[in-house]
Amino acid sequence: MKSLEELKKLREKLQSDTKLRAADGIKVIVGMGTCGIAAGAREVMAALMDEVKKRGVAGVAFQQTGCIGMCDKEVLVDIISPGGPRITYGNVRPSDAGRLVAEHVVNGQIVKDLVVAKSV
Amino acid sequence: MRDLSLHVLDLVQNAVAAGAKNISLLIGEDGEKDLLSIEVSDDGKGMAPDFAACAKDPFATTRTSRKVGLGLPLMDMTAKRAGGRLDIDSRPGEGTKITAVYRLSHIDRPPLGDIAATVKIIAAGCQGIFFRYEHRKGHNAFVLDTKAMREILGGEVDFGESAVMEWLDGFLREGLLALDKTEG
Ligand code: FES
Repeated sequence: MKSLEELKKLREKLQSDTKLRAADGIKVIVGMGTCGIAAGAREVMAALMDEVKKRGVAGVAFQQTGCIGMCDKEVLVDIISPGGPRITYGNVRPSDAGRLVAEHVVNGQIVKDLVVAKSV
Repeated sequence: MRDLSLHVLDLVQNAVAAGAKNISLLIGEDGEKDLLSIEVSDDGKGMAPDFAACAKDPFATTRTSRKVGLGLPLMDMTAKRAGGRLDIDSRPGEGTKITAVYRLSHIDRPPLGDIAATVKIIAAGCQGIFFRYEHRKGHNAFVLDTKAMREILGGEVDFGESAVMEWLDGFLREGLLALDKTEG
């Protein structure tokens, strides 16, 4: 049974193993405005979390953001590596999660065909 | 929106966008009264009275001036179709409370959907916000309070960290399963 007790243990583990910490790791942000949600943002986020778990990647922080005004390109996913640019991917489907995690999150390679914007 | 859990995600996003510091989600399934209720309340900036009055009307304002999106009119429509209603109680500067009720057994009631996935994602985005989720089913209740999580995790750990998300996923799924248990 998952309990708050287990969360305490998790905290100890996170404190002792800094590799597991996301504080200066990679950020994955999914747009969750109304049209993002309708376009499947929640499923995309779940698929990304799944991939991260499957590959045992540590230190990834997931976040969500509201409407960013690119409704026609939903689902939108931003990936920010420490010190790197902010890459915005558009028209992301749950089936793209594998590539985004394997290529960008793990190997730092931008998945070119899905990029819609880039900012520093 | 395919199911109610996606509407819930949308409602909570509105509360976050309204600058709320405390957000509460209450879901109640009452078989005896044949009612399913969803209530989201926040202490965000609230809506002006004229805005709240037409927030359910998809044609009342232009798309660009509309800050709460099309989520509320959509939700109002599905609630009415399922023998229920949507109420908006909002005061500028104090907050907003949205209540949706459905007939539990109504054939047109959308399924609740994956509420655990919704709550998990809300919690991930709740850095400076206290979010409380309570789900009642008959005599059983399940509560997730990010305040309690924050107390355990301390200041530095991000709720969105994959290890925390994994714990939360299990905690929610087991807690929600237990809601069905002891009830005959
Ligand atoms: S909600 Fe999609 S860009 Fe506005």
